[in-house]
Amino acid sequence: MPSTRSHPARVLPGFSLSLGCALVYLSLLVLLPLSGLGFKASHLSFYEFWEMATGERALASYRITFGASLLAALINAVFGLIVAWVLVRYSFPGKRLIDALVDLPFALPTAVAGITLATLYSSNGWIGRYAESFGVKVAFTPLGIVVALTFIGLPFVVRTLQPVIEDIEPEVEEAAASLGASRLQTFVRVVFPGLFPALLTGFTLAFSRSIGEYGSVIFIAGNMPLISEITPLLIISKLEQYDVVGATALAVVMLLISFALLLAVNTLQWWAANRHHGNTRPSTGGKP
Amino acid sequence: MSIEIRSLGKRFGNFVALQDINLDIPGGELVALLGPSGCGKTTLLRIIAGMESADTGQVLFAGEEATHLHARERNVGFVFQHYALFRHMSVFENVAFGLRVKARKLRPVESEIRRRVDALLKLVQLDWLADRYPSQLSGGQRQRIALARALAVEPKVLLLDEPFGALDTKVRKELRRWLRRLHDEMHISSVFVTHDQEEALEVADRVVVMNHGRIEQIGSPDEVYSNPASPFVYQFLGNVNVFHSRLHGAWADVERSVPERATSSEAMAFVRPHDIEIEHRPVSGSLQATVQEVHAIGPLVRVELAHGSELIEVELTRDRAAALTLAKGQQVWLKPRQIKVFAAPSGSLEEGGSGI
Amino acid sequence: MTTTGIRRANSEPGWLRYLLLTLALGFLFFFLALPLLAVFVEALAAGWPAYRDALSDPEARSAIGLTLLVALCVLPGNILFGIAAAWAIAKFDFRGKSLLITLIDLPFAVSPVVVGLVFLLIFGAQGIFGPWLAAHEIKIVFALPAIIIVTMFITFPFVARELIPLMQAQGKDEEEAAISLGASGWQMFRRVTLPNIKWGLLYGVILANARAMGEFGAVSVVSGHIRGETNTLPLHVEILYNEYNAVGAFAAASVLALLALVTLAAKSIVEWRIRRETQMLATSLTPERP
Repeated sequence: MPSTRSHPARVLPGFSLSLGCALVYLSLLVLLPLSGLGFKASHLSFYEFWEMATGERALASYRITFGASLLAALINAVFGLIVAWVLVRYSFPGKRLIDALVDLPFALPTAVAGITLATLYSSNGWIGRYAESFGVKVAFTPLGIVVALTFIGLPFVVRTLQPVIEDIEPEVEEAAASLGASRLQTFVRVVFPGLFPALLTGFTLAFSRSIGEYGSVIFIAGNMPLISEITPLLIISKLEQYDVVGATALAVVMLLISFALLLAVNTLQWWAANRHHGNTRPSTGGKP
Repeated sequence: MSIEIRSLGKRFGNFVALQDINLDIPGGELVALLGPSGCGKTTLLRIIAGMESADTGQVLFAGEEATHLHARERNVGFVFQHYALFRHMSVFENVAFGLRVKARKLRPVESEIRRRVDALLKLVQLDWLADRYPSQLSGGQRQRIALARALAVEPKVLLLDEPFGALDTKVRKELRRWLRRLHDEMHISSVFVTHDQEEALEVADRVVVMNHGRIEQIGSPDEVYSNPASPFVYQFLGNVNVFHSRLHGAWADVERSVPERATSSEAMAFVRPHDIEIEHRPVSGSLQATVQEVHAIGPLVRVELAHGSELIEVELTRDRAAALTLAKGQQVWLKPRQIKVFAAPSGSLEEGGSGI
Repeated sequence: MTTTGIRRANSEPGWLRYLLLTLALGFLFFFLALPLLAVFVEALAAGWPAYRDALSDPEARSAIGLTLLVALCVLPGNILFGIAAAWAIAKFDFRGKSLLITLIDLPFAVSPVVVGLVFLLIFGAQGIFGPWLAAHEIKIVFALPAIIIVTMFITFPFVARELIPLMQAQGKDEEEAAISLGASGWQMFRRVTLPNIKWGLLYGVILANARAMGEFGAVSVVSGHIRGETNTLPLHVEILYNEYNAVGAFAAASVLALLALVTLAAKSIVEWRIRRETQMLATSLTPERP
């Protein structure tokens, strides 16, 4: 007498409750509000939307936002790799303190970072003073934006790389060395390919954070339209002029970019986790 | 308490984990579920425990329907493969857990809890570890604490998932004898899962051999070893030489007199290495072979012989080997003492040579 | 650091080590240490009394109070959501699980300014619910409720993101053991699950708290900057700075910087605890001799 029935309660309790809570919270706080943005934008015809999203000032702001974010993320990729390597592989006094300090940009409110960097790099600031004697003006120029975004993105590359560097088996490098590879060859051919997905992920995370950054940038940027005005700031100034529709159009563009970058990060992480799994299946078939 | 399992089935997506399982476990027996990994033995154990639900079929405890009973209400002691000790609780608290979470009116008073936990820790011979934490224990100690914790709620059935799987050989052997003695003292119906045939044969009252989600054979350790019901059981329990009728006419014909098998053109004969006698001259029903290698392994001597392209393995006692004085390349004749013939299945077994 | 005898196969030549070390420390010095130092130097530039006065200013006090209030309102919901989401994701299999994980990451990807705008579009005067809210005299935008809502949006992933990998690594054996020993769902959660995740939970709360207290962009859009009423501490910093009151701005900033330092310290301690617990987990799975 086989009993056919629906699945009984799962052994561990609380599945419906916890999933329900999570979905309700997520829907009320994130999905509904974001769809509100879409709803608002749908009042615009595509032509109107396009007009607003690609105005001269908007285009300039995209260029500045993307250019500075890209540059800052690149700086972070290079120095983040060095910092992560040094923090994992070398021992030096104060290492634990410095390691903890790497997270400062996560913990320090962006407004604080903004006014501090602006003060440091202004023409009579500690750094700005010397930079200007070399003829480099940082504060209130696009270069200032790069500095602020470098600060904001600094932990991403370091923190994604650190665990990966820790996981490298020393045997692999020893094997490469014993096969006659120089240290540079070992790094380029053996170590770096293993780090690359994490480096790319960290780079994308830093980039994605930089695109949306507002607080740390506005103080140091100078905010001159067409020259040093980032997109989030343009949204705010449109709001201040009660141009809600214009702000919405820009916000939709930013949101789409955010989704694309989120997708990119997820794909990267999936790729990093699976890229060597496809060909490790034993190829010895034949025998049952 | 007896356990009955009636035509149980379970799928995970497209994978059939269990298919038409019928099993009676009389009260007080120690039963081993034996099979290779992925054969469904752990799934069966978890269904008995109520950790997993069956798609079809029934589980009966002492004749009463228990299929829909929640794990919490089954009064089953479950020992996890990796012990699943509560890592932030001391050994004492781990064992006391089942008593402390009882409903208030059923819960023993603190002094009684203390007394019972102490008694259990004495039973598993680890009372001196009461204040330690799981991370401070060795694997064998953890295993025994996990067992004490499961016994604390006075379960009617004890279920153990690969109880010795994560231990090294020496600890394993000690612990399985200890489990056997413990079972003899407590006499609680117990089921344990293992992939180690030696473990199953040594510890269990009865062995359930499983493969591909089905039960291949149920029987006493002696029955399943000396009278395997299927080629799979033969190969899974110990070394075996497999012979095919078309290659080894002489041997496969040994039981050709059995009518049902006589009709099968393709038959397979199974002979254990220690059931083959080596002779210097031909006797009736013997197979000619050439000695390839002779290894002395502990008390045994293992001889590898070639019959055509097939390799045959024979185990002799040291005395017998000394009497035979075998040399490489020598021609000898092999005669089986015990042989079992099965109709050849359609290619599900590896051809030739010895099994496991 | 000195190389004695032969160099090991997996280390760089000495000169390169020093070069890398110098580059790394130099970079961190200019981008982390110097700004941190500057906050406190600027705050104390006019001496202790000026610093004290700047912080005892009623507007500064009200900003500190508001910031604490917002954090206090935001964290309980986030803790609840974090535990619920992590429990469902880590202990069960269901369709759309990876989509749910992606959605949880969403607030990290969206610009704070866009977040603020989104809620303005819903609750603002021209927003979807704007007319209705005005008719019922419910004030959300440019008032405390909106500040709390945007902060919730910004900070809700932190707890869940810490707990999901932790609970996945711990598996469900211990919970199943508790159930098979007769524990109820609540007993299992309180006695087994919660003690196992408490450090991860704390870690998430620390991060969420830091972000909640420091959020600027999103709050800036919806707060309306009403002094003494809807000015959080980061907004207060901005206003003073724009009024060229450097000492006042940096004094307020130094409070936030201290908060950041406390966060980093607490985070390091909790990280150390988590590392210890995972080591315990690792050793409890490896076989050993008795």
